[in-house]
Amino acid sequence: MTALDFICLAPFLLLASAPIIIMLTITITRNIKVVYGFSLLMFLLSFISLFIVAPYIPHVIAPLFIIDSYSLLFLAIIIFAGFLITILSYIYISQQGDDKEEYFIILFVAALGASVLVVANHFISFFLGLETLSISLYILVAYIKTRSYSIEAGVKFLVIASVASAFLLFGMGLIYTATGSMNFKGVASALGSLHALSPILLTGFVMLLVGIGFKLALVPFHMWLPDVYQGAPAPVTALIATISKGAVLAIALRFFMDIQGFNNQAIFIALSAIAIISMFTGNLLALNQGNLKRMLAYSSIAHFGYLLITLLAGSTEGIHSAIFYIASYIITTLGAFGIISLLSVCSGNADSIDDYKGLFYKNPFMAIVMSLAMLSLAGIPLTAGFIAKFYLVLAGVKSGLWLLAFSLVINSVISLYYYLRVVTTMFTTSDQVKPSTIPLMGNLVLVVIVIGILFLGILPAWVSDIIASLS
Amino acid sequence: MILLYLIIILMAGGVLAWLLGKRSAISSRIISLAAVSIDLILIIIAILQNGIPDDKKWIFEYSVSWIPKLGISLHLAMDGLSLLMLFLTFFLGLIAILISWKEIQKSVGFFHFNILWILSGIIGVFLSMDLFLFYFFWEVMLIPMYFLISIWGHENRIYASYKFFIFTQASGLLMFLAILGLYLAHGNATGYYTFDYQQLLGTTYNPTIEMLLMCGFLIAFIVKLPVVPFHNWLPDAHTEAPTAGSLILAGLMLKTGAYGLLRFVVPLFPHASQIFAPFGMILGVIGILYGAKLAFSQTDLKRLVAYTSVSHMGFVILGVYAFNELAYQGVVMQMIAHGISTGALFVLVGQLYERIHTRDINKMGGLWEQVPIMGTMGLVFAMASLGLPGLGNFIAEFLTLVGTFKANILMASLASVGLIAATIYSLRIVQKVFLGKKDNDYKMKDLSIREMVAMGSLVVAIIFIGLYPQPVINTAKPALMKTLNAKQEYYQSQKVDDSVILNNRTCSPDTRKLNK
Repeated sequence: MTALDFICLAPFLLLASAPIIIMLTITITRNIKVVYGFSLLMFLLSFISLFIVAPYIPHVIAPLFIIDSYSLLFLAIIIFAGFLITILSYIYISQQGDDKEEYFIILFVAALGASVLVVANHFISFFLGLETLSISLYILVAYIKTRSYSIEAGVKFLVIASVASAFLLFGMGLIYTATGSMNFKGVASALGSLHALSPILLTGFVMLLVGIGFKLALVPFHMWLPDVYQGAPAPVTALIATISKGAVLAIALRFFMDIQGFNNQAIFIALSAIAIISMFTGNLLALNQGNLKRMLAYSSIAHFGYLLITLLAGSTEGIHSAIFYIASYIITTLGAFGIISLLSVCSGNADSIDDYKGLFYKNPFMAIVMSLAMLSLAGIPLTAGFIAKFYLVLAGVKSGLWLLAFSLVINSVISLYYYLRVVTTMFTTSDQVKPSTIPLMGNLVLVVIVIGILFLGILPAWVSDIIASLS
Repeated sequence: MILLYLIIILMAGGVLAWLLGKRSAISSRIISLAAVSIDLILIIIAILQNGIPDDKKWIFEYSVSWIPKLGISLHLAMDGLSLLMLFLTFFLGLIAILISWKEIQKSVGFFHFNILWILSGIIGVFLSMDLFLFYFFWEVMLIPMYFLISIWGHENRIYASYKFFIFTQASGLLMFLAILGLYLAHGNATGYYTFDYQQLLGTTYNPTIEMLLMCGFLIAFIVKLPVVPFHNWLPDAHTEAPTAGSLILAGLMLKTGAYGLLRFVVPLFPHASQIFAPFGMILGVIGILYGAKLAFSQTDLKRLVAYTSVSHMGFVILGVYAFNELAYQGVVMQMIAHGISTGALFVLVGQLYERIHTRDINKMGGLWEQVPIMGTMGLVFAMASLGLPGLGNFIAEFLTLVGTFKANILMASLASVGLIAATIYSLRIVQKVFLGKKDNDYKMKDLSIREMVAMGSLVVAIIFIGLYPQPVINTAKPALMKTLNAKQEYYQSQKVDDSVILNNRTCSPDTRKLNK
């Protein structure tokens, strides 16, 4: 390890040191405020450290990691989302029983796992990052011991994610057997010298696909997602929806682009089918959900179906649009789950769509943020979601994927119905007028999210230029 | 720059009205009135200073790049056609605010925010010369309208608002795909990727692709217009919307569809439009007759008026596909006259509803005695609707029919039957509501001064364009000629050789410079 390696690993070292320090402080005294402040500080520091790393990229830490502009951008997104989730979590968790401090330890471990994923270019680091992330998520999902369905969701998640990991690991093993390499580039070059995929290799890829499909909750590997979304505490759901999914998508993109997967007919057809089925299944099942978190779970299945288009486009535009899409999806989803978790703190319950009845008259600001988030998910202009969808469709049709583009359009229309349902519910009058106040920091998070959604929606050029400048 | 200000003033006014609306309702009403009035005054002053050029140049143009990498710019431009539409927008916008003074008492600030944002979306649509920007504004006007219907509408408002939104959004997304297709077709042919309208004019495509792209645009516009069989959303949306919403829907939003046909479909896809023309005319005739028939059979007064829109808009698509100057003048006149007359009828229905809380015409009758002024207004606009000479709609329908007659005698004859049908349903309104036997005991006040100002100005407007339509025709003429020429040039260039098309494309270096 050289000094340069250490500089480039600075964000990771910071993220990794945070849980240790928090653990040590807990042994001295339990003070949630200190832990919370320290967590925010560490996220801030690791964000700043990205700028220190920036001049030295691309830097390869052989054989496991590659730190390039692509991973740096994802790191920025993850740390930013982590920062906002920390605030939401604090507001949420400080209302709960004892043992709250450990929550932040696990939050950092999860963020670390996600960060490792986005710099991985080797099966070992891929698996390492994924397991670090997943295991911390099992704990977080079941963190609130008094809620029985949290524990149920945690166990369900544990079982299914372990099976997915097993698939993934087996797939990696098979690919290693066939190609003799665990490095993405190595796998790619081994593939390049082959004329056709051998059965072992094909099985390996399919298993890998199944594993990633589970993690991204693509149809038909999506069953766990609604239950986990519903059962987990709202800030944890936000974590799963944003950081976890974003990081897995980042590694999937990197792997897929390295091996040029879109050139293989079989993989291309399989992924197209998964994309279309995910879109339709997600949107159709979301239509009649009475539970907002479940609805968002199905909506997320559909959104990751859309995102597969960028993978299949197989162009740099595809990658750029994927990054823009995931960035805007993360900020939007944070908005939605931010409201859910803030509202469940203020009024006790915010899972059912009916709980949002008349929100506009009780707390107009929250209702506006939620509407903005819903409209952005639906892809309506002035919001980030619109521009994201535009880039995505453009990348798709440039590569001639008209069928996928059409499915996206049809699905956008279907999805409108349930997004509008939430908006309409908030604007219907309800008899119970109890103005709910939210903590200052909660408001701050919402303001940041609103600015983010509108900024990406109105002046996308600035961000898309940054993305386009990536190598 | 003035064009951008027009949009910004409305948007800023909307936000301000919302913020102030929490403290006092009246201030948000006044702010909204002021914002629209300022826009109207601004545009009048600017026109007086500049005059309207007779040639094909834009009166005002503004361009600044937005997403330069993809060739997207904030390109606004105004010609005679857009100018007329802006006048109509501001005029009806003012009236919409005036007539909501008493009707809207719930969340007044947010209501006016929505009204002003719809208006800004609509003028954005009329001014955009960049297709991406156009789609952007096309969508911007939808959401506030959705709120308007779903919050302040009548009993069945939620259903109506969904239907409205999903219909328009679905068709809009297809247009969006077509816009992307056009962008790629042009980019692949020239190596220059842009969403700029003027650059895209004269793109050469293979016929199948042109047809597909045109269908994408067409679907969005004929759903908006609406053309039978895509009119399904309209009766629900119009009926359930609050009066201001119905006024804006009928008076302005339908016109964006007509505008889109004239501005985009015909010039961008001349060849495919020629092929589609007979079908377009048939759809127009079906719309005229079917809309009139349905209007006649309604008992809900508001729904009745809504169906007359379907019938009247049939003339628009009929005229558009007649491809001659007379018909196009008729189309523009129809856009304006229908905006005023149908808008006025919706206002009238709203005023009746405020007084007797029903829209069922079987529960009305003999109201003239109590409300003679309102009755007179109703009579004027019923006459306008049936096409009485001296009122705007007559000029519009007459010109359209004459133009169509040149292009297709059969269609013109069938369409003129629509005038008879219009007479029947219009007279039925007057008969059932104001005349006839009075078997109810409503106590009604006649129009207040505020309502008289609103209705009076509508009456003046409809009579003015009925008696002296020339200014309207002159203003729109250069723009209409541009549309027609774009189509004819295409055919000439096909005959001469392909180099002319290349010239056409490169002949506007000024906008290209502006893009950079």
